[in-house]
Amino acid sequence: MTSAMTLAETSFNFAYLDEDTKRMIRRAILKAVAVPGYQVPFASREMPMPYGWGTGGVQVTAACLMPEDVLKVIDQGADDTTNAVSIRKFFQRTSGVAVTERTAEASVIQTRHRIPEAALTEDQILVYQVPIPEPLRFLEPRETETRKMHELEEYGLMHVKLYEDIARHGTIATAYAYPVKVEGRYVMDPSPIPKFDNPKLSGNAALQLFGAGREARIYAVPPHTQVVSLDFDDHPFVASKADHACDICGSATSYLDEVITDDKGGRMFVCSDTDYCRGGQ
Amino acid sequence: MTLLTGGFHDAPRQSARAFRLALNALSRPGRIETVSGAEGPAPLSAAAATLLLVLADRDTPIHLGASHDVQAVRDWITFHTGAPFVAPEAAMLALGTWDTLPRARFPLGLPDYPDRSATLIVETATLTTEGPRLTGPGIQTEAHLSLPEVTAFQENRALFPQGLDFFFTCGARLAALPRSTRVEAV
Repeated sequence: MTSAMTLAETSFNFAYLDEDTKRMIRRAILKAVAVPGYQVPFASREMPMPYGWGTGGVQVTAACLMPEDVLKVIDQGADDTTNAVSIRKFFQRTSGVAVTERTAEASVIQTRHRIPEAALTEDQILVYQVPIPEPLRFLEPRETETRKMHELEEYGLMHVKLYEDIARHGTIATAYAYPVKVEGRYVMDPSPIPKFDNPKLSGNAALQLFGAGREARIYAVPPHTQVVSLDFDDHPFVASKADHACDICGSATSYLDEVITDDKGGRMFVCSDTDYCRGGQ
Repeated sequence: MTLLTGGFHDAPRQSARAFRLALNALSRPGRIETVSGAEGPAPLSAAAATLLLVLADRDTPIHLGASHDVQAVRDWITFHTGAPFVAPEAAMLALGTWDTLPRARFPLGLPDYPDRSATLIVETATLTTEGPRLTGPGIQTEAHLSLPEVTAFQENRALFPQGLDFFFTCGARLAALPRSTRVEAV
């Protein structure tokens, strides 16, 4: 058993992917950075985990990772959930990089659907796992059409969708994967982060990279880039969260998860960002 | 220096480190990074040689400007990357000094696929953070970089989201200018 484990850990190339694949992904990342918000097609590989488990983010992380990195992986803000634990272990085994649960200590953070509460720095890269990269996909299923709409900056359909939210619910009911416009040009899906996190996309000091494995797209928001959540003059964008304080650390400003505690209607609100919550306790 | 030497001795780790520095440079236009790992034959700089090993392979047709179109450089690139040499119109990568690269002839990307544009590696004699003012994505307020000229980059920015992306190399140092950066003379 011991020898089998040793074999497994040294028989991979650094960061799992072969060098040709990493070069291809790296070229796509550079083009994504050069055209903020534009989805660059790339030759997505099969990864040793199912689609929907972050294969896009894992490929982007693998292409960016260097031996000196300190990696943090979060799933809905938590370091200790299945997806985060298995991806962190994957990179420990295949690259040997150091890992951490502390946001401030990490140089690369792979995330599923949250932006950490702590402000990120110039020396960090945030890698998002993206299920559906195309913000217009549920409005227009044909790739040929959505590609043309991006080419022509024809984003009226997205505003119709937000307007229909208002017509039906009285407010913009979209609560996650809230569409944004990057540097006044491309409408982008920020991945299914809560809209509470949208303001942190804009002017962030860290480089933000987005990887969609099944859909084979990579896109980017460079540091200090303007990202605007779409809205209307009379229905401005509001970054909402549960109107409550964290029941563990008491923070009134962090994004909260609602946790059911029994079958008699008992519930509590706790920070979604486990590292932030620990820091506040 | 022979064509067999000067490559990475530990390609996965050396290319990872060099890529991160190149990514940093492109994400923050005006920032100068120092890379290491590769040594090519003259007149190839260490930074350009390292960039080529990070970015070039059989899938990336490359155009050599007259300044770098010498047999030793061709042989070294062929041995270490396998990249085919092509005319500017078919190039994904280009290498040369500013005056030897026919900028008007490189692919600018398509309106619906702006990523299909060439990346130019421009060898320069000087590389400093003094010169034209840079603003745009990746730059908090403003940055400065010793660009070879101003007009060409303003014209390139006007094509956005199409356009060329540039790396500038000088010895072991490199900087980058993506098409998204606005350039003004100071």
